[in-house]
Amino acid sequence: MKFSIQINEGPYQHQAADSAYLFTKAALEKGHEIFRVFFYHDGVGNSTRLTTPPQDDRNIVKRWAELGEQYSLDLVVCVAAAQRRGIVDDGEAQRNGKDATNIDPHFRISGLGQLIEAAVQSDRLVVFGD
Amino acid sequence: MSELHTVNKSPYEKNSFDSCIGYAQAGSAVLLFEDGVYAAMSGGATEAKVKAAEGVKFYALGPDMKARGLSVDRVIEGVEIVDYAGFVDLAAEHSKVVSWV
Amino acid sequence: MSEDTKKFMYLNRRAPYGTIYAWESLEVVLIGAAFEQDVSLAFVDDGVYQIVKGQDTGEVDMKNFSPTYSALGDYEVTKLYVEKESLEERGLTLDDLMHLTWEDEDEDWAEKDSIRLVSREELAKVMEGQDVVFSF
Repeated sequence: MKFSIQINEGPYQHQAADSAYLFTKAALEKGHEIFRVFFYHDGVGNSTRLTTPPQDDRNIVKRWAELGEQYSLDLVVCVAAAQRRGIVDDGEAQRNGKDATNIDPHFRISGLGQLIEAAVQSDRLVVFGD
Repeated sequence: MSELHTVNKSPYEKNSFDSCIGYAQAGSAVLLFEDGVYAAMSGGATEAKVKAAEGVKFYALGPDMKARGLSVDRVIEGVEIVDYAGFVDLAAEHSKVVSWV
Repeated sequence: MSEDTKKFMYLNRRAPYGTIYAWESLEVVLIGAAFEQDVSLAFVDDGVYQIVKGQDTGEVDMKNFSPTYSALGDYEVTKLYVEKESLEERGLTLDDLMHLTWEDEDEDWAEKDSIRLVSREELAKVMEGQDVVFSF
């Protein structure tokens, strides 16, 4: 079955990001397809490669990146939400004149249409939020 | 169409659980996870509501219960414990998922 | 409507301004309108506060996005379900809400109300008939 996942909250503050990850991983391990993971609201914070959690804690961003690598996941960060919260890739840095980027290369920034498309194309949309 | 409703908030903090059971139709399922698992525990304010929800099947996410020190022995009668794989199965078995975030 | 048409419901349960969920949810609705799905919005719990009339954010230095709800009709988003119980629980009536309308192309652009006041039981049935429910 084809799933898409929507994540509304950032890492560490809320368990939503953890639940979404564990759900996604379980779905993949059961042989389901993940059409897209869409990061919205503060959820865009899951994509910054600059996080440095303590060594004895989980690295939420790295965990997504690794799962993305393993299963070629489409990890999409909403552009409007990202701009508000300072999540930047090369293209955004150039367009908006920013002096740095912070997105992990396993994620991509794109429009809200990607969420709608995911809902249209998938059998199930599962939302994780606060 | 049967739905899977998910509740991730404590019933003692927010009204997500109450709203959810107001919408859960007979034949649908409710999964309690994250802080939502507190609603699965017996002896609290939610027990009567869970028992009164006719035709609605309740599930609680085991890993979230364990994390919070909640004993499986004390869940409300009829609430089934599932793991993340079980959560995925529930999402697949029902025609859609409604998140009461 | 093509075979790709799905029934989308946006479930709004949060008040505006205290958090950004209401505003960013509305952004999805606006973008989603271009996809020509069968769209409806549900205002439940504190979500009913999103469409209360007379919002003025001047003194809190935030964008007042309430006028955007009036534009939804132009985006062919014409089904705004308001849960009666949530409204009553908060001491509100329909008169406290913005007058939201759409123009029906098939009836010589007759102006029609977008807001449908429904009971929880009725809205539960509407929700049951949806393909996708978005929560924010």
